[in-house]
Amino acid sequence: MQARQRDSLLVASLKDSLGGAVITFALACVMVGLKVDVASGRGAELFLEHRWFAVAVAVVTVFAGRFLMNMFFWKRDDAPSIGLSGFLPKGGLGNGTTSVLKYAMVALAVVLPFALMFWLGARGSRQYIDLAILVLTYVMLGWGLNIVVGLAGLLDLGYVAFYAVGAYSYALLAHYFGFSFWLCLPLAGILAAFWGIILGFPVLRLRGDYLAIVTLAFGEIIRVVLLNWYEFTGGPDGLSGIPRPSFFGLEFTRGEGGFADFFGLKFSSIHRIIFLYYLIFAMALFTNFVTMRLRRMPIGRAWEALREDEIACRALGINTTTTKLTAFALGAMFAGFAGSFFATRQGFISPESFTFLESAIILAIVVLGGLGSQIGVVIAAIVMIGGFEFFREFEEYRMLVFGMIMVVIMVWKPRGLISSRTPSVALSKNAKGISADLVQEGHG
Amino acid sequence: MSTWDTNPVLKVEHLTMRFGGLTAINDLSFNVGRGDITALIGPNGAGKTTVFNCITGFYKPTEGRLVMNRSIGEKHLLERMADFKITADAKVARTFQNIRLFGGMTILENLMVAQHNPLMVASNWTIGGLLGLGGYKKSNVDAIETAKYWLERIDLIDRADAPAADLSYGDQRRLEIARAMCTGPELLCLDEPAAGLNPKESLELNNLLQYIRKEHDTSVLLIEHDMSVVMEISDHVVVLDYGVKISDGTPEFVKNDPHVIAAYLGVEDDEVELVEEEVGL
Repeated sequence: MQARQRDSLLVASLKDSLGGAVITFALACVMVGLKVDVASGRGAELFLEHRWFAVAVAVVTVFAGRFLMNMFFWKRDDAPSIGLSGFLPKGGLGNGTTSVLKYAMVALAVVLPFALMFWLGARGSRQYIDLAILVLTYVMLGWGLNIVVGLAGLLDLGYVAFYAVGAYSYALLAHYFGFSFWLCLPLAGILAAFWGIILGFPVLRLRGDYLAIVTLAFGEIIRVVLLNWYEFTGGPDGLSGIPRPSFFGLEFTRGEGGFADFFGLKFSSIHRIIFLYYLIFAMALFTNFVTMRLRRMPIGRAWEALREDEIACRALGINTTTTKLTAFALGAMFAGFAGSFFATRQGFISPESFTFLESAIILAIVVLGGLGSQIGVVIAAIVMIGGFEFFREFEEYRMLVFGMIMVVIMVWKPRGLISSRTPSVALSKNAKGISADLVQEGHG
Repeated sequence: MSTWDTNPVLKVEHLTMRFGGLTAINDLSFNVGRGDITALIGPNGAGKTTVFNCITGFYKPTEGRLVMNRSIGEKHLLERMADFKITADAKVARTFQNIRLFGGMTILENLMVAQHNPLMVASNWTIGGLLGLGGYKKSNVDAIETAKYWLERIDLIDRADAPAADLSYGDQRRLEIARAMCTGPELLCLDEPAAGLNPKESLELNNLLQYIRKEHDTSVLLIEHDMSVVMEISDHVVVLDYGVKISDGTPEFVKNDPHVIAAYLGVEDDEVELVEEEVGL
């Protein structure tokens, strides 16, 4: 009995491995075996190179690999389980951990620039503070998009359009009217919110994939308009010389009346960087504060109800039109704020900064972090943006590693890093988070 | 003249609904009496849910008029109103045949969402509430109290912070009714509330509906297949078959109406033509 079983296992494994080997051979023949190259010695002539040895290696590898896996794992009833989840911590971060994590992160963010200065000096810390500013910008964008995607469940692939509207609002208002940053910041938010509503109207009736495609198109329209309206926006040349923000009227300039002079400090360009860091930190915290407060308000609950079941919402007398539009408008407003910050930080903007890839990165941050989770967005932004910039030296491999990390996170936690939903209101003090399996993803 | 004709909360007049060539409801007229429990019954495919969808604005009727008489004297023509306005202004609430709760939200949150409109006003359309102005905080506490009241009524107060999707089927049905009641309706439309309930749960449902009618001045219109529920609690029964009203009256009257018996149980072969003539087919 035992022998026969082993026999059949052997035969089955051999069959499967042979099949794999044949397919590999068929594929490798053309893809690996034949290579067209330009001969360097004989002018620009094409010639065909044969690499049959490589084909043989590929076929043997596949055969041996499949055979071993079949014998020991795939075809056995008592196969040892080596699921990925076995290696990873179970349950991820619970509610208690996240609240501790939250305060730890805020505290870390507050002391970060000075700690870096102390540790690396003004010159050495500059690039890290710059990186932290970038991460915080994406945290803010992620939090803004979280309102639209995470709470209201409206899949928005063109979020960067509102970032662009914010950035260009400031740049153009400063360029044509000489408005200051502090005046333009709210204006940029209002204009972006306005465009959010403009986009919202046509897509109100769309759901899911269709909504995603229309928002994607809208993002591209904004970018293409900015690119082609040369007389107004400078087209591909972009806008430069965007004024820097002042600290309560104090410019970060050398000499009389500047920030350093006023406080009796020695002038250093790091002052402005640190100021920008705290500015975006405050803006991001403001975004978080407003979002968390809104979640506990009727409008926030209506957003989440909309994500859960739109028809039930209408049966309860909720105006789904205005509810969706407010979600779009508020999400867009925060992108507008972030956009005007981006413009003032860079001093130069062009449509190149607002491609679809940006939308995709922001959406990836929200999805990896866990839809609707604020702390998840922070972790995902640090991992994605921070990690990405940190490993710049390993240029060729970083995309590979980056992709791997995303796959691992999605296998380990398919609903994002922080996947439990905290109730917006509770009777008992220690109400548990709601498992993500029960929470709908929304369908537009 | 019956009580439902003298003081109707809802008048359905010559309601017709066509989907392309299919006439789902044909010239249907009936009244829902104030304070009554009215049952809408009929075999599968008779057009009962279509009537509900017309009343609650999910469908726009092809012809006809739906007049809602609020107790404060307002009249609303439901066929002209947007679906959410029907709940918000005309005070008609509904439940669904396939339960539609917000599964990922807690039971308490489900009941809070139902009080969206008064809370929005109390929070000055979010702005006041965001800044901490006005009476939003108090309204919020009141809303929680209302929710608690209903949770006690449906015996789910202990599970207030559990996700709605975790509830058993019978509890979900009752929660959906409680959620509809949190909108403060004058007419509550229930689409098969007893479907899938065991006899004990069915009895609890009867008690809940009686309570709602008695204590909250809410009229109830329900679609039901479970005749024990229909005959026991309803004051008025309307029977539909193929989109046409075939009987209308008290439960006793309907129970003995030959048209109804024919529609549900069929008739002897030699009587088919006779009945068809009477029904108008």
